[in-house]
Amino acid sequence: MSAVTLDHITKTYDKGKVLAVDDVSLQVAEGELFGLIGPDGAGKTSIFRILTTLLLADKGSAAVQGYDCVKDYREIRSRIGYMPGRFSLYQDLTVKENLDFFATLFGSTIESNYDLIKDIYDQIKPFNDRRAGKLSGGMKQKLALCCALIHKPEVLFLDEPTTGVDVVSRKEFWDMLKKLKTQGITIVVSTPYMDEAMLCERIALIQNGKIMSVDTPEKIIAAYPVKLYAIKADNIYRLLTDLRSMPEVDTSFAFGEYIHLTLKNERADTTALQQAIEQRGHTHVTIKVIQPGIEDSFIRFMNQDSK
Amino acid sequence: MIVLGYILKKEFKQIFRDKTIIAMMFAMPTIQLIILPLAMNFDVKHVNLAVVDHDHSSYSRQLISKIGASGYFNIVAAEPSFQQAITYIEKEKADLVLEIPADFESNLVREGTQKLGVTVDAINGTKAAIGGNYLLSVINDFNQQIPVNAGRNMPSGAIDITYSNWFNPLAEYRFYVVPAVLVLLLTLIGGFMSALNIVREKEVGTIEQINVTPIRKWEFILGKLIPFWVVGMIVFTLGLGVAWGVYGIWPVGSFVTMYVFAAIYLVALLGFGLLISTYTSNQLQAMFVAFFFIMIFMLMSGLFTAVDSMPPWAKLIANLTPVTHFIKVIRMIVLKGSGFADVQKELVYLLLFAAGLNGWAIFNYRKTS
Repeated sequence: MSAVTLDHITKTYDKGKVLAVDDVSLQVAEGELFGLIGPDGAGKTSIFRILTTLLLADKGSAAVQGYDCVKDYREIRSRIGYMPGRFSLYQDLTVKENLDFFATLFGSTIESNYDLIKDIYDQIKPFNDRRAGKLSGGMKQKLALCCALIHKPEVLFLDEPTTGVDVVSRKEFWDMLKKLKTQGITIVVSTPYMDEAMLCERIALIQNGKIMSVDTPEKIIAAYPVKLYAIKADNIYRLLTDLRSMPEVDTSFAFGEYIHLTLKNERADTTALQQAIEQRGHTHVTIKVIQPGIEDSFIRFMNQDSK
Repeated sequence: MIVLGYILKKEFKQIFRDKTIIAMMFAMPTIQLIILPLAMNFDVKHVNLAVVDHDHSSYSRQLISKIGASGYFNIVAAEPSFQQAITYIEKEKADLVLEIPADFESNLVREGTQKLGVTVDAINGTKAAIGGNYLLSVINDFNQQIPVNAGRNMPSGAIDITYSNWFNPLAEYRFYVVPAVLVLLLTLIGGFMSALNIVREKEVGTIEQINVTPIRKWEFILGKLIPFWVVGMIVFTLGLGVAWGVYGIWPVGSFVTMYVFAAIYLVALLGFGLLISTYTSNQLQAMFVAFFFIMIFMLMSGLFTAVDSMPPWAKLIANLTPVTHFIKVIRMIVLKGSGFADVQKELVYLLLFAAGLNGWAIFNYRKTS
């Protein structure tokens, strides 16, 4: 049985004018760490809100742990943990009061599931009596995660948990997720950061409400159909405009200090390309073939989609 | 039920943690009850009068000194011409001009009648009307006493009217307004606070987190309404205390009846707050919507002016607000000592409001979530 099933879900806003989720179908296996990867406004939060029974879909059906998101919403609510993208705990209650409150709402106590949250809770325990609103961003994330976990959910939904959190906290957060996974909790997480996609077992790339691809990150990268080159020169901006004007270039995107490039006709040899670039007056040109990342795949899917 | 208990605990914790709110909740009724009734005084004193005496006779002097001695008037000027006197009204130094024509005394004596000119500044309508009336009654009184009339026998059997103010013997405005201010305070607590509090959960996003828990809708709603109901009852008690301590107003009627009404009224008002919260999505919206209605409640409920003297359409609106009925009941119980049987009709109205507003709110709450 799949932990999460979406079957041809469509959701529109403003009386059908804004299409947020467009005929999305996907399945998340039990115990999986699944990532929804896409930019802001791709429809990630809408999907989360449908799955957490906060939003009704226009068309299609969704189920969590075999329970229908519309009919059996009460059943689902006691089995899932949800951490919204925005910090949604009571800012005027202390850390301990928030935890206590949410534990009681689920008919549980902090003590009964202490082992589950121990690793995370230990980090915020020194601030037990501090009001949640006065915590730092990373601390808030940890508290929110604790509150979502306090009743030992079967499926955990995390909507952009690392947005606005520093790099160290982000890494810690993902380590925590991996630990939780070993407890058998199914985790569905969304993120706009492509580098975090690699940390998931399976990912869905989503753009404009449509799923572009669902697979393991490795397979998505392996499915990259052409060779990818990284090029660098002294004047990177002029290089990019020049490359875009060259007929043999298919796509070119600035990527940090390099430009990622694909060609219409693949050549084993890059010297011809290098010469062509140097003829245009570029100095210190380096060209190398590289392994594509998730972001390259994402951009490729996106371009295919818009063509 | 255990969950409800815990929600209540949390709500009270939040209310009592917000120092400003808690101070406002208890300071507001006390201070307003002390200040407002004193300020809202319709007994007009110190009407400024400019006099133009063309006659300079003993009668005209008698009249002027009688007016001056009545205690209601300050004679600010005595001018030789009306044109000069009217400038006092233009400069807002006088509210009334009394013009005594030449031959005032001789006409009175010879012909038995004489006309006087009274000019009123009607910008402050209340002061002008009441001041004008005072002046007329003083003149009337003078009319009775002057020897010409005193000599003539008044026609016997003329209808003589004497007044006595029942339930408020001295016709003091505070007796009228203090119970009303008390009602106003309950309205603010019940209507505003509950609406803002629930909308805040929406605005901050905490309602998302609450909604994914197995908590029942009714538990959440009751958890929100009960604390404000309790606060409202405390404020009501506090208000009664201030009314007694400061104004010496001790309800003539039964406390039980009054508290029963206050309890039902608060339920109705909390339903009103809940209703607003279901239609709005942030505190600013909620505040404006609540303010809109509370203004209508205040101005049309008979708080300041009598509902009976409103035009029929306004009377209809007034009767469609719960505040009108509650103010009426509180006045009846506090001043008149009305028993339960006298206010049964109002009880039915308030129960209908409580059921209607809450039912609508809960229906709409379900639909939107």
